Amino acid sequence: MKPFEPFDSTLAILPFDHVDTDQIIPARFLKTTTREGLGAHCFADWRESPDFVLNRPESRDAQVLVAGENFGCGSSREHAPWALLDAGFRAVIARSFGEIFRQNAQKNALLPIEVDEATHRRLVEAPVGATVRVSLEGLRLPGGGVTAFPLDPFRRACLSKGVDEIGFVLEQEDAIAAFEARRSRAFDTRAEA
Amino acid sequence: MMPRTLYDKLWDRHLVSQREGEPALLYIDLHLIHEVTSPQAFAGLRERRVSVRRPGLTVATLDHSLPTHDRALPIADAVAAKQIALLRANAEAFGIPLHAPGSGRQGIVHVIGPELGLTQPGMTVVCGDSHTATHGAFGALAFGIGTSEVEMVLATQCLLQRKSKNLKVEVSGRLQDGVTAKDLILALIAKLGVGGGTGSVLEYTGEAIRALDMEARMTLCNMSIEAGARAGLIAPDDTTFQYLRGRPFAPRGAAWDAAVADWRALVSDDGASYEGSVHLDGGAVEPMITFGTNPAQAVPVTGSIPAVSEIAAPEREAFLKALAYMGLEPGKPMLGRPVQAVFIGSCTNGRLSDLRAAASVLRGRRVKAGVRTLVVPGSEAVRKQAEAEGLDEVFRAAGAEWREPGCSMCIAMNGDELAPGQTCVSTSNRNFEGRQGRGSRTLLASPLTAAAAAIAGAVADARRIP
Ligand code: SF4
Repeated sequence: MKPFEPFDSTLAILPFDHVDTDQIIPARFLKTTTREGLGAHCFADWRESPDFVLNRPESRDAQVLVAGENFGCGSSREHAPWALLDAGFRAVIARSFGEIFRQNAQKNALLPIEVDEATHRRLVEAPVGATVRVSLEGLRLPGGGVTAFPLDPFRRACLSKGVDEIGFVLEQEDAIAAFEARRSRAFDTRAEA
Repeated sequence: MMPRTLYDKLWDRHLVSQREGEPALLYIDLHLIHEVTSPQAFAGLRERRVSVRRPGLTVATLDHSLPTHDRALPIADAVAAKQIALLRANAEAFGIPLHAPGSGRQGIVHVIGPELGLTQPGMTVVCGDSHTATHGAFGALAFGIGTSEVEMVLATQCLLQRKSKNLKVEVSGRLQDGVTAKDLILALIAKLGVGGGTGSVLEYTGEAIRALDMEARMTLCNMSIEAGARAGLIAPDDTTFQYLRGRPFAPRGAAWDAAVADWRALVSDDGASYEGSVHLDGGAVEPMITFGTNPAQAVPVTGSIPAVSEIAAPEREAFLKALAYMGLEPGKPMLGRPVQAVFIGSCTNGRLSDLRAAASVLRGRRVKAGVRTLVVPGSEAVRKQAEAEGLDEVFRAAGAEWREPGCSMCIAMNGDELAPGQTCVSTSNRNFEGRQGRGSRTLLASPLTAAAAAIAGAVADARRIP
């Protein structure tokens, strides 16, 4: 994974709460066996309507999506952050997130940014074309001011250095082997008890 | 020692390491995989040139994109066929057992785990599927993970985790006749809200929970995620042990006795503290049905959709948007709303007791003309037992379709789906826009309510069918 670099972007505003993963990427597109190419189907059903926010010209180049409460609730499909990334987004700002989505997003360097109501209102009401600056340290708002957002310090470190978490855990082989040695369990999915 | 909750105990038992400033490293006892969320994880293993650390702690099945039509027919969708073939190849290459169609053990991942005795109290269970919470019914810490974490577990048998909040959900009293675990969980989600449990582990306790059989407990835990929770938990008891005894992967002989003795310790200690608690009177729960596009938008089946004035101001826009999608109006009763389809199945309600409940309503009656009614057993074992009891005949005689096991119309990626604008009473767990096909409208309910709707061709109360 590449280290996360700060960036500036305009905003695409999706003013709904509880945007679920079935909206972000409908199930019929989950038959793929790769991570690529899902952007074309991101919000596929909502995109059919010409006045859907993401079809508007002002949203075209936005790398930051702004939504309401509980964004990404629903299924565990990592296809949701893959689709958003492939559609050009690098961060999602919301009042809150579905827990599995938040973790999946972080693992793919799609930054989930949780903001309070006042900040959220400022973003939603910002003039068309307003920009934010996104970095791991904070979010610079349109019209000035930087707001911090919650980010697990470990994840922050992983994102800023581009740490591969699986490689990180593979290095703890000794601890894992010691744990396995401590427990004597006969359980095996390949052989009945 | 400080009194600990069941969650604390499960956590402590699986702690591999806890280094300063890092999430805990947690050991995973059972990893369930299926065709949809695993291909990219296996590709990742190949890229890093690592093998599956413990193939004997992983088990695979096919359920999501597998069609539920006659197994003798080919899979018409080439993309789905490729995904299915890839899981077979990956299981073979990495030495992971696969319960494939025709084995007698294939089924929805959350149905076969418990049914085979793979899911056991005290385990950590994960799967690339949010309804993994189902397995919490056994007193196992079970939660859904994304594909990167699937790869992590395949490679290391561990996950990096921060401990979640722990909420106690106490359900007192007894459920009334005709009220099921599905109604209870819908009532609970309506109370908590879809974000009410976000990121937390719910422990269900109380008299009403103790009285539930294992299949009902699974229905309850299954939908914990619909309140945003990571996991649902029920402490194991004699009901749990009776269910497990003699199942293929459950311990036997002296190992069984030792296991039960150990499992009995898996209860929250007196005085253990939770971050919050919720109480519900089980005796007051009515048969429930959803009217909107998230599972918290539910009312008693005999009730009415709320009036706009009953909805808090910030929620009004979403409420009206949901009703517009559903083609419903505020303040109107649910009984009598026409439906064009009924789906009985899924990891929430596709077990034998669910099919028996549906059959009890459909026996000797006819599905209303024009109402497509699918009955989809959760596994091959469920299907076989249902046929041994003659339930398939009840369904067919009533005019319903009796299909092969799979996720079917719960997810609409396998050929079973609604046409745009159709309304379906469904025993599944999500009523999101388009969940059962583009433009589909889902009303979530119990198997009893679903069967009653099939007969009436409209939302109906199973306790009062002619
Ligand atoms: S039945 Fe539905 S909810 Fe359950 S595993 Fe299958 S798709 Fe997911």
